[in-house]
Amino acid sequence: MPKVDGAPKVTGQAVYADDIDLPRMLHCKILRAQLPHARILSVDASAARRIPGVKAVITGQDLPIRFGILPVTQDEAALEGEKVRYVGDPVAAVAAVDEETAAAACDAIKVEYQELKPVMSIEEALKEAADEPIQAYTKRSDNVHRMVSYEFGDLAAGFARADHVREDVFFFQGSTHLPMEQHSAVATYAGGRVTLWSSTQVVHYVHRALSKVLELPMSRIRVIGAAHGGGFGGKTDPFAHEIVVAKLAMLTGRPVKCTLTREEVFYAHRGRHPVLMWVKTGVTRDGRITAMHFRSALDGGAYGSYGAASIFYTGTLQTVTYDIPAYKFEGARVFTNKAPCGPKRGHGTPQPRFAVELHLEKIAREIGLEPVELKRRNFVKPFSRAVNWLRITSCGLEECTEKVLAASGYADRQRQPGRGLGFAISAYMSGAGTAIYWNDMPHSEVQLKVDRTGVTLFCGAMDIGQGSDSVLAQIAAEELGLEPKDIHLVTADTDTTPIDLGSYSSRVTFMAGNAAVEAARRMRALLVAAVAQKMGVADLEEIDVADGRIGEFSFEEASVLAEEKFGALASAGSYKPPRIGGPFKGSGVGPSPAYSYSACVVEVTADARSGIVTVERVWIAHDIGRAINPLLVEGQVEGSVYMALGEALMEEQVYRQGLHKWPSMLEYKSPTFLETPEMHTFLVETDDPEGPYGAKEAGQGPLLPVIPAVNLAVQDALGIWIDEIPVTPEKVLRALEAKAKGEPPRFGPKVFPSVPYPEPIRVEPPDPGDLRVGDELEAAFPSSPRVR
Amino acid sequence: MLRLPRLRYLRPATAAEAAARLAELGTRAMFVAGGTDLFPNLKRRQFEPDTLVQVPPLKGLRRADGHFEIGATVTLAEAAAHAGLRAALPGFAEAAGLVSSPPLRNAGTLGGNLCVDTRCNYYNMTYEWRKSIGFCLKKDGDICLVAPSSPRCWAVSSSDTAPAAMVLGASVVLAGPDGERELPVAALYRDDGIEYLAKQPHEVVTAIRLPAPKGLLTGYVKLRRRGSIDFPLAGAAVALTLDGPIVTGCRVALAAVASHPLEVPEAGAFLVGKRLTDETISAAAELAAKPARPLDNADLTHFWRKKMVRVIVERAIRRAATPSVT
Repeated sequence: MPKVDGAPKVTGQAVYADDIDLPRMLHCKILRAQLPHARILSVDASAARRIPGVKAVITGQDLPIRFGILPVTQDEAALEGEKVRYVGDPVAAVAAVDEETAAAACDAIKVEYQELKPVMSIEEALKEAADEPIQAYTKRSDNVHRMVSYEFGDLAAGFARADHVREDVFFFQGSTHLPMEQHSAVATYAGGRVTLWSSTQVVHYVHRALSKVLELPMSRIRVIGAAHGGGFGGKTDPFAHEIVVAKLAMLTGRPVKCTLTREEVFYAHRGRHPVLMWVKTGVTRDGRITAMHFRSALDGGAYGSYGAASIFYTGTLQTVTYDIPAYKFEGARVFTNKAPCGPKRGHGTPQPRFAVELHLEKIAREIGLEPVELKRRNFVKPFSRAVNWLRITSCGLEECTEKVLAASGYADRQRQPGRGLGFAISAYMSGAGTAIYWNDMPHSEVQLKVDRTGVTLFCGAMDIGQGSDSVLAQIAAEELGLEPKDIHLVTADTDTTPIDLGSYSSRVTFMAGNAAVEAARRMRALLVAAVAQKMGVADLEEIDVADGRIGEFSFEEASVLAEEKFGALASAGSYKPPRIGGPFKGSGVGPSPAYSYSACVVEVTADARSGIVTVERVWIAHDIGRAINPLLVEGQVEGSVYMALGEALMEEQVYRQGLHKWPSMLEYKSPTFLETPEMHTFLVETDDPEGPYGAKEAGQGPLLPVIPAVNLAVQDALGIWIDEIPVTPEKVLRALEAKAKGEPPRFGPKVFPSVPYPEPIRVEPPDPGDLRVGDELEAAFPSSPRVR
Repeated sequence: MLRLPRLRYLRPATAAEAAARLAELGTRAMFVAGGTDLFPNLKRRQFEPDTLVQVPPLKGLRRADGHFEIGATVTLAEAAAHAGLRAALPGFAEAAGLVSSPPLRNAGTLGGNLCVDTRCNYYNMTYEWRKSIGFCLKKDGDICLVAPSSPRCWAVSSSDTAPAAMVLGASVVLAGPDGERELPVAALYRDDGIEYLAKQPHEVVTAIRLPAPKGLLTGYVKLRRRGSIDFPLAGAAVALTLDGPIVTGCRVALAAVASHPLEVPEAGAFLVGKRLTDETISAAAELAAKPARPLDNADLTHFWRKKMVRVIVERAIRRAATPSVT
């Protein structure tokens, strides 16, 4: 079924933020830092203010209140007044009659800096800062942002009973989201209220940040999500330009627009963290994992963003993929003078997924077991509880694996040099179990109105292209016996729609979907009651709701009957995930009401002469729980494959001389249609008990197995290990050269740096059969901290 | 967004008039044909002219007297799709068809590709980025950022069609205010990242003449990250003649390994009088790769690009000679 917003988007009717053109609108440009690390000694905007057409110039002192997506890292300023931390950090902003004038005014602002030594790598960040740490609030002399350490179960005993133990080091380079649409925001200020249209994934969190920084109550701010040209996690933070246009609108009394250039989008970033990883695993002779110890070091860039959560995500989901009876996880994030990293599709999990899949494959070969078989022996079981207390419900790992192995002919493949297949699996969350800031309210709410206009559904959910509008319309239509086109949608507007927390963590179909089911069933009950009364039927079950009819009446007639009987027809539904986290501090990151599962086989040809790797075919199976719209799910799966292949083979957010090396769509290499292989997508349905109609997520999980499957296919083709992402031609040649010299046939990091991880929090493992959640679970562990 | 600067746009009726306008306006003005390279560069302020002079339509792709005469504003797509050109000079037609992406080949012209600005990833960046890293020799600065101790600019010649034309012994027709002259393509370039064209700035390329003797075998192989869009990381053009299995003539030229399209006569000369075998092809390719000097100013590493020159030259020789390789 095609998307409800498909036609407007391809015919140019959809109104993106940059399409908004209001009377007397001013254009905003932001002056950004040109040094990676420096103290600001002075900012002189007098010459800029004198330029004709310039209506306002603001600097750090105009917006001194700090903000950030996570309550624990309120470390960003809309305009930095004291120091800059990466090339691209916002310093001043201009509103002028046109963009050229605003740009000229930015160029005329004189900023005097005192340069500080930039920190450009994880290794440097772990050392004492030369001048001063990038962020003072850590109260550390190095540039470590945060560290976590957990031990679940008895690690030493686990390793002691292993027949074989192996350690490996891996590196995953950072990459950016590269959405088609640049970030854009337009603000007005009228009647004492700010209205902001923005290309954002998180209308609600932008609303909160504006309220904080502008010092206005949320009731005086309205945030509207404009038609969206792609986010992938890159528009999940509140951004400087959103706050700046609101402030400039307040100062000038005129509408103000800011659309970032492509270069500025690379600076806004919040993309994939570069992560160094060390992993040690013990297995029995027959390949059962006895213990795993996993360390990560994340290069966070200059600010917190989602980083405190990203650290956890590099560690927590290992246990919902493979059954690990004892697990130790140590994670650290460092600050560097680069654009801040954050959540890119898969948020913190593609890196460990890559590392663990390669690591297990190496172990299997060492103990003489077929790697797929070793992995299968360790798959988690449906309806079980992992060693770190994450609750697994439906799990289609085995079915997904069967599908891709059979379709690709993996087991019977012809072995020939230069051609190879690789297999990998993954798990991902269907929505974070906890909100970003502590509150006990629903995560998603839906309201329905039925009147002479028909059915209107109101929900704060922001459709960023993933299809949430279509899913909401389909669910309401399903419950009311209508077609999706019969449902009018009002979404992503803080004045007119009830809350949805945002399009992140693969949560919208699951949470807004559950809220929509509830709201629509309540509305259906009203319609059915009115029809039953009119028909003189006592048993409401006898009233059919289907094909635009309720009982013997058309939907329209039924709605008249219901309105006569009940007055104005409105219903509401909401969803709050059960509290799942275990009885320990820090258990709030990772729990999800359900996990999706994927399995993938990738076929490559790898040219030993040039090192060039070409992906020929991809088979991917995804446990979606239940596909509410199979076309959309397949689109999400295939989009994930495409994005993963870019990361696996070419994308690199890298720096040279303190600057982003290539902040342009031409130089930052991302695949085209020509690099996109034949894809075979299989949907596996496991009917999750918690999801709407059994549905789980599709937007992120399918990216995860593709990357390690590429590396493993290269291994299969050439007999070399590329323990690093991306797999560039040069790395392939270097590994082949090492192989030819009789050295280990490998390219990748050799050592994991020394990180001052804290003593671990030791957690007793749960009973794997204990699936209790919420009050029941918490009552059983009265000392447990409130799940955050 | 990045916007074009405000410009005066002139549309002279003839090439001679265009040349006259440029001669008169000097460095304030630039020629524009398809604009596919010029416009992005103007947006990033690589050039700051106040006037653009449109090259008038110079169409026509004809075969005459053993050569092709192609108007300078024939698009890359038209050249790549021309059946006669593809049959007689596949190396050249394929080079044209490998430039950038389909939409840009529909607008970009052959003359424009021959004259395309040299590239460097310290240079093809926005004004703000260049200001941050420090301006370079090629624009606004006084140092080469890729080779700081060098007095010259090392921006890379990035035309695919130039080496493909060079191995044919092609020439261009240049129109000035006072008439036309013909110049071998080999003499159109200088080994300098800034002053990379040897023609007078006001001379406009009006046509390309490609010799197409019977029996000439041609091939072009382009190295780039993706199958579309990207400029060459290296390119190898080969033209061969054979007498039975014996090579009677061979020219090899490279793209994107220097500031000018680089012909390597030693490589061609080596093959003359020899059969094409794995050994001779490999030895010729090794000779061809020797003078290639890629630097750290383009995609991927220059070590890898240097290694790849040999590989693509071998492939270009085979491509030209197929099915004559033994």
